[in-house]
Amino acid sequence: MNADVRTMKTPAEQALSAAFAATRDTLPGKGAVAALRADAFATFETRGLPHRRVEEWKYTDLRALMRDLYPLAAPPDAAAKARAKDAGKLLAGIDCRRLVFADGAFVPEQSDLTPEQGLSIASLAEALAKGDAATAAQLGKTFPTDDVAVALNAALMGDGAVIRIAAGAEIKRPIHLVFAAGADKPSSSFIRSLIVVEKGAKATIIEDHESGAAQVNAALELVVGDEAQVDYFKLTQARALHVASLLATIGAKAQFRSFAFTRDSSVVRNQNFIRFTGEHAHGGIRGVSLLRGKEHVDTTLLIEHAAVHCESREQFRAVLDDESHSVFQGKIVVAPHAQKTDAKMMTRALLLSDEAEADNKPELEIFADDVVCGHGATAGALDPGLKFYLMSRGITDKEAEALLIQAFIGETVEEIAHEGIRAALMDAAVAWLGARK
Amino acid sequence: MLLEVKNLHVEVEGKKILDGLTLSVEKGQVAAIMGPNGSGKSTLAYVLAGKPGYEVTEGEVLLDGENILEMGADERAAKGVFLAFQYPVEVPGVATMTFLRTALNAQRKTRGQGELSTPEFMKLVRETSAKLGISQEMLRRAVNVGFSGGEKKRNEILQMAVLQPRLAVLDETDSGLDIDALQIVAEGVNRLRSPERSMIVITHYQRLLNFIVPDVVHVLAKGKVVKSGGKELALELEAKGYAQFTGEAA
Ligand SMILES: Nc1ncnc2c1ncn2[C@@H]1O[C@H](COP(=O)(O)OP(=O)(O)OP(=O)(O)O)[C@@H](O)[C@H]1O
Ligand SMILES: [Mg+2]
Repeated sequence: MNADVRTMKTPAEQALSAAFAATRDTLPGKGAVAALRADAFATFETRGLPHRRVEEWKYTDLRALMRDLYPLAAPPDAAAKARAKDAGKLLAGIDCRRLVFADGAFVPEQSDLTPEQGLSIASLAEALAKGDAATAAQLGKTFPTDDVAVALNAALMGDGAVIRIAAGAEIKRPIHLVFAAGADKPSSSFIRSLIVVEKGAKATIIEDHESGAAQVNAALELVVGDEAQVDYFKLTQARALHVASLLATIGAKAQFRSFAFTRDSSVVRNQNFIRFTGEHAHGGIRGVSLLRGKEHVDTTLLIEHAAVHCESREQFRAVLDDESHSVFQGKIVVAPHAQKTDAKMMTRALLLSDEAEADNKPELEIFADDVVCGHGATAGALDPGLKFYLMSRGITDKEAEALLIQAFIGETVEEIAHEGIRAALMDAAVAWLGARK
Repeated sequence: MLLEVKNLHVEVEGKKILDGLTLSVEKGQVAAIMGPNGSGKSTLAYVLAGKPGYEVTEGEVLLDGENILEMGADERAAKGVFLAFQYPVEVPGVATMTFLRTALNAQRKTRGQGELSTPEFMKLVRETSAKLGISQEMLRRAVNVGFSGGEKKRNEILQMAVLQPRLAVLDETDSGLDIDALQIVAEGVNRLRSPERSMIVITHYQRLLNFIVPDVVHVLAKGKVVKSGGKELALELEAKGYAQFTGEAA
C-alpha cells in the first residue's frame, strides 16, 4: 500500500488545499487563468511548503514558520475600509497617486482614479472577471518559476493592481499602491499585481504594505519595456507572515531602480526574480531592513543577466538588534551569451546585539567569459573606535550609535533619486532608531 | 589645580603600560609631555579621555577635584576634557557640520545649557574654520573622510575651538604637518590659551614648542613621569635624547 501523502501535510498545507478546493470555482478568471491556477496548485501539492532542505528557503523554513493559514479575507466592509484609510502615512508628505487595497481587495472610492494620458489602472479581480485578454495573456508569463510561494499566489490570487503605462508616457506623480489590513481579525490575502511599462515610458511605483496581523502573499509582475525608466519601492510593515515576490523583466536600454525598506515586521520574505532581457540596461537593486526583537527578514534575489552589456548593482543593508535574524541570499546568473555584463553585489549587516544573526549568501553563476562581476558580504558590530571618537566629543552613547547607524543606512538610502521618498525613508529609519531601548 | 593624576597604574589587555604616573596641571597652564615611543603618552591621553579597554588598577584622576575615572567619555567631554587624537578616525556618512553640532549641543545639554541657534553655530564654525584654513567644502564632507593627514589634524583643532574645553590634550598634533600648517595649527592653539584653559601638548619635537611655548615640560618614560622642568628641558632632550631615562645607549 502506498503511504498516504496527505498524512504528511502540515496543518497549514491542509488549510491551503482546503482553501483552494473551497474557492477555485469562485476565484476570478476562467479558461487560461483557471488553468494557470490549477497548474500552480498542482506544483504546491507535489512540493508542499518549502522547508530548510530546499536551498532557496534554507534560512526561512516556511513549513515551520507557517503554523496555520488564516481564513481567506472576506471582501472589506465599511469598517475595514475605514481602517485602511490611515495606511501608507509614511509617504504622506509626497504628492502621489494613491491606490488603496484593503485586505487585498481594491477600494476604488479611496483611490485616486483621475484620468491621466498614457496611464490605465484596473483591479485584477475586475480584469479577470471581465475576461480581459491582455491581462490573462501576461499573467504568470513575466518570469515563470516553480517557486512554491509564487505558485500559491497564482492558485489563490484574488485581487491586485493592473497598470499599463503606454509607450513614451511620463507619469509624474509616484503611483502609491497601499496594501492595508482592514479586517479586525486575522485573515490572509493573496495579492497579484501586473504592471507593464511600455517602451520609453517613465514611472515611479511604490508597493506599500502595512499588513498588520494579516498573512500576505503578494506577487508583482513587472515588465520594464525597452528604454523605459522605472523606480520601484517596496515598503513593508507586517506583523504576520509576509511573503512577497517580484517577477520582473528589464528591456533594452531600460533603467530600473528598486528599493526595499522593511521595518517593524515579524516574518518577511522578499524575493526578487529579475531578468535582463535587452542589452545596455541598468538595474540598481537595493534595500534596507531594520530588525529588532525576534524579527526575521529574508531578502532573496535571483538576478539573471540574459542580454549583453547590462549593468546591475545590488546593495542591501540590514541593522539587527536584540535576537533578530536577517537573511540575504543573492544569486547573479550570467547567461553564456551575456557578454560585457557588469554586476556587483554587496550586502552588509550591522549587528547591534550579540544575539542577532545575519546570514549572508551572495553567489555568482557566470557562464559568459567577458564579464566584470563581483560580490561581497560583511557582518559586524559598530566600530568601537568610531564610537569612542564621537563620545569623546560629548555625544552620548545612544546618540553616537544612532549617528553611526544612520550613516550605515544612509549610504544605501542616498542612492534613492526621489528626494521626498529618500527623506521619508530616512525619517522612518531615524524614528526606528529613536525607539531603540 | 585643574588636573591631578595620582599614582596612576593602567593595563591594556593584561599588559602594564602606566606604572605609577603622577602629574599635575595648573589652571591656565600649558604642559608639554615628551618621551620615547611606546612610553605611554597616548595611553595617558586615552585614559584621560575615557577610552574603553584601559584598566586602571591603581591611582586616581581628578579634574577640578572631581574623580573622573568612573565617567563615560561623553560625560568627561561635557566636563571640559578634549583629546586631539594622534590618529583622527574617518567617520563615513556623518557630515562634519552634523558632527560638530551634535557634539556641541550634547555637551551643552549635559551642562544644562540651551542649544546654540543655527545662525550662531554657523557663524562660530565659519569663523573658526576660516582661521584654520579649513574650507567650506571640507566641512560639507563626512568627518575626516578623504582628508589629508594634515587636514585631519587641523580638523581636530577646529573641534577644540568649537567645543572650548577646559582641558585640551593634544596628542602629536604636529606630526604630519608641513611647516605652514604647523604655524596655522599653533596659532589656532595659542588663540585658545587662556587663564581658564589648561593644555597638555604631547610632542616629539622641540620645533612645536617654539610656537606653543609651554610653561612646563614633563618627560614620560616607561609609564611614569621621570623628569619635569621648564621649557629649556625640551632643548636639552633634543640634544641628549632619552638614554638617560631609558637606560639604553642613545
Ligand atoms: N591596545 C593595546 N594593546 C596592547 N598594547 C598596547 C595597546 N595600546 C598601547 N599598547 C602598548 O602600550 C605602550 C604605550 O603605547 P602608547 O601608544 O601610549 O605610546 P606613546 O608614548 O604614545 O608612543 P608614540 O610616541 O609612538 O606615540 C606601547 O608599548 C604599546 O605597544
Ligand atoms: Mg602616541
